[in-house]
Amino acid sequence: MKKIFGIIAIALFFYACGSDDTTLTTDDSGTVNTGNFDRSAMLTNWADNIIVPGYIDFNAKVNTLESATAAFTADASDLTAVRAAWLDAYTTWQRVSMFEIGPAETVNLRLNVNIYPANVTTIESNIDNGSYDFGLSSNRSAKGFPAIDYLLYGLGADETAILAVYNGTEGAAYKQYLNDVVADMKQLTASVLSEWQGSYRAAFIENDGASATASTDRFVNDYIFYYEKFLRAGKMGIPGGVFSGNVEVGNLEALYAGNLSKELFLVGLDATQDFFNGKAYNTNAQGESLSSYLDELNAIKDGVDLIEIINSQFDVARASVSALGSFESELSQNPPSTFLESYNEVQRLIPLLKVDMVSAMSISIDFADADGD
Amino acid sequence: MIQQVKRYLNTQREAAPLAVFRVSFGLLMLASLIRFWSHGWIEKFYIAPSFHFTFYGFEWVRPFGNYTYLLFAICALSTIMIIIGYKYRLAIIIFFLSFTYIELMDKTMYLNHYYFISMLSFLMIFIPAGSYFSIDALQLSRKRTATPIQFVPRWTIDSIKLLLGIVYVYAGLAKLNSDWLVKAMPLKIWLPSKFDIPFIGDLLGQEWVHYAFSWFGAGYDLLIPFFLLWRKSRPFAFIMVIIFHVLTRVLFPIGMFPYVMIVSALIFFDVGFHKKIIYAFAKAVKYPQQLLETAQHYASRNLNLAKASIVIVAIFFTVQLLLPWRYLAYPGELFWTEEGYRFSWRVMLMEKSGYAQFKIVDGVSGKRFYVDNTDFLTPLQEKQMSFQPDFILEYAHYLRDHFEGQGHQEVEVYVESYVALNGRLSTTYIDPKADLAQIEDSFAHKNWIIPFTDEIKGL
Repeated sequence: MKKIFGIIAIALFFYACGSDDTTLTTDDSGTVNTGNFDRSAMLTNWADNIIVPGYIDFNAKVNTLESATAAFTADASDLTAVRAAWLDAYTTWQRVSMFEIGPAETVNLRLNVNIYPANVTTIESNIDNGSYDFGLSSNRSAKGFPAIDYLLYGLGADETAILAVYNGTEGAAYKQYLNDVVADMKQLTASVLSEWQGSYRAAFIENDGASATASTDRFVNDYIFYYEKFLRAGKMGIPGGVFSGNVEVGNLEALYAGNLSKELFLVGLDATQDFFNGKAYNTNAQGESLSSYLDELNAIKDGVDLIEIINSQFDVARASVSALGSFESELSQNPPSTFLESYNEVQRLIPLLKVDMVSAMSISIDFADADGD
Repeated sequence: MIQQVKRYLNTQREAAPLAVFRVSFGLLMLASLIRFWSHGWIEKFYIAPSFHFTFYGFEWVRPFGNYTYLLFAICALSTIMIIIGYKYRLAIIIFFLSFTYIELMDKTMYLNHYYFISMLSFLMIFIPAGSYFSIDALQLSRKRTATPIQFVPRWTIDSIKLLLGIVYVYAGLAKLNSDWLVKAMPLKIWLPSKFDIPFIGDLLGQEWVHYAFSWFGAGYDLLIPFFLLWRKSRPFAFIMVIIFHVLTRVLFPIGMFPYVMIVSALIFFDVGFHKKIIYAFAKAVKYPQQLLETAQHYASRNLNLAKASIVIVAIFFTVQLLLPWRYLAYPGELFWTEEGYRFSWRVMLMEKSGYAQFKIVDGVSGKRFYVDNTDFLTPLQEKQMSFQPDFILEYAHYLRDHFEGQGHQEVEVYVESYVALNGRLSTTYIDPKADLAQIEDSFAHKNWIIPFTDEIKGL
């Protein structure tokens, strides 16, 4: 008796010790959980129907931008086509910006293609010098979409003046820079896409556990981080002076083209809501998602219909922002009350996502490696 | 009655259980400190943050920058002295002071089990746990005039059992509420998320499992001290202790606590059990066996000190028994306001999370803006701050001072906060119209907390 008891005690003790700080992974049959939501199906839907198609589309748009840029630099007589290609790619970017996990995280895709406002001084001095290393973090604000915004819209007062720069004495250097910026984006985008189409997809889906490093937990963190920092704060809060008390028009997205930041914001908002509902990229087909995950959990816990609350707040925020004039015109009001009211509607989603949703899923935000009791 | 108390206080028992307890306590504390250090937590939690949440009345307790490592080193050194029983009384005092200081440095790190360690080490100051099977005893034996003891006052062993009993029973009482028993909350949220645990993962999504765990947990906490006390049920009870704590260790990130509780429960075993352990160890370290059988009883050298010890321990337990009930003095739902929540063995009782956004208003210029919490707080601090009123207030005062230091005048601080508790939808937590810059912290009820909209019945 005593011996058996001792053996059991020791075995249990070591089992518990062994699990210390390691990530427990699901066994291969773990996808057929009874009474449990199938996280692996959700990850598969995210990867195959949302993330990868998104990157394929974005990659295509960047390629189109590249050929449009090549055509423009060959014959700098008309900005229309290259501007349209830039806007098309920039709009598509809003749909993939939130996927900053795995390959995109490794290359810091978001920081490399959309730091705004662009640093005009650095851009000009780079062009002057004729040599620059886009791999340096100091050059991040001198490339990507904001730099192209400056190069296509900000070099002169009007189209004629801008074209004059490209056809002037420094024209070749400007053309070269424009081509290099686009080439850098193309290279980064292609590398992210090929990783997803290669080994990363399987790694992403296989990591279907429940630890802080599991794909679901990490991605939900990334998703909320995107919504809070880049969509809410970056596109509205910071320009609106929410964090400084002063309106900062210079921090609007697509500053030089102007009157685009609202549209870009709305695409980003659509993308986050579609992701929440697991909507396949550019279609209405829905798969396993955060919303169906909540549905499953609610079925178990008989709670309030959080999905409906979140979706209707998305709708309220969209309607409110859509009703605004361009962000530029809204921010010219002093104080920009209607803009800030819309901001508040956008803000209201954050506690719903960051408190209600994750607490229902038992996912910790900004996981801190510490003990609880 | 008084006669019985006196007789009880004069009863002596063999010291072996105390020696086993002392050594294992020291070893676990040493392991715990090494673990904390090796995770880089000293740097991460005590040195890196620019701001620390302090306990009311202990605002002067601060980390020492890089010298904080020294504090941990001193604490670790004292555990080694405790293990070998060298200058035990001094060692346990140093341990109590250094460990408690560490825990007071930042409220963010508060855990019931750290509080338990502090209280236990305080109690151990008054217990002659270092007088048997120790360096102290060995050194004493070299003097011709004195003999190391073999017996200690019975109450010293029983007091450890009592403290453990209080921890368990109060933890059990705290579970007697409608969320825990009727709704199986928060286990209904926590368990399904552990679906990837081997063998039992699939079960954890089942509703009946949530209820079974909830009820079993409450019953376990309430009854286990009694099953451990009763000799016949003791082996069974100890197996339950192991299963329960190992299970909690597997399911939740609770560090060393399960091991501390498992090892502590050994104190309930008979002297024979402990003597076997001691003899095995004594043989291994070549400790003279005749020192284990001196037949010497414990006699205090200073009678007044001995009496004072008993009085202090009596007061200590009175406080321990009363402190968890202080929440009754506050209106509102305890889980919501957390007024009287800490230091009460309320362990793993709620799934609570929040979101707090602070608005700064310059009272003179009227300029207003929001704060990015990540500028000031670590992720863990922000998380803990977002649903605990005393954290919110302390942080608001810090923001006031910070922005006044930046040249803003008559700064007003408001917070927009939402808190979700045990699966309920989040609701506004702090009155958004309350200027937190003007509110002083105290033990009085915080009337700037928006009352809980639901009801949780029970204790």
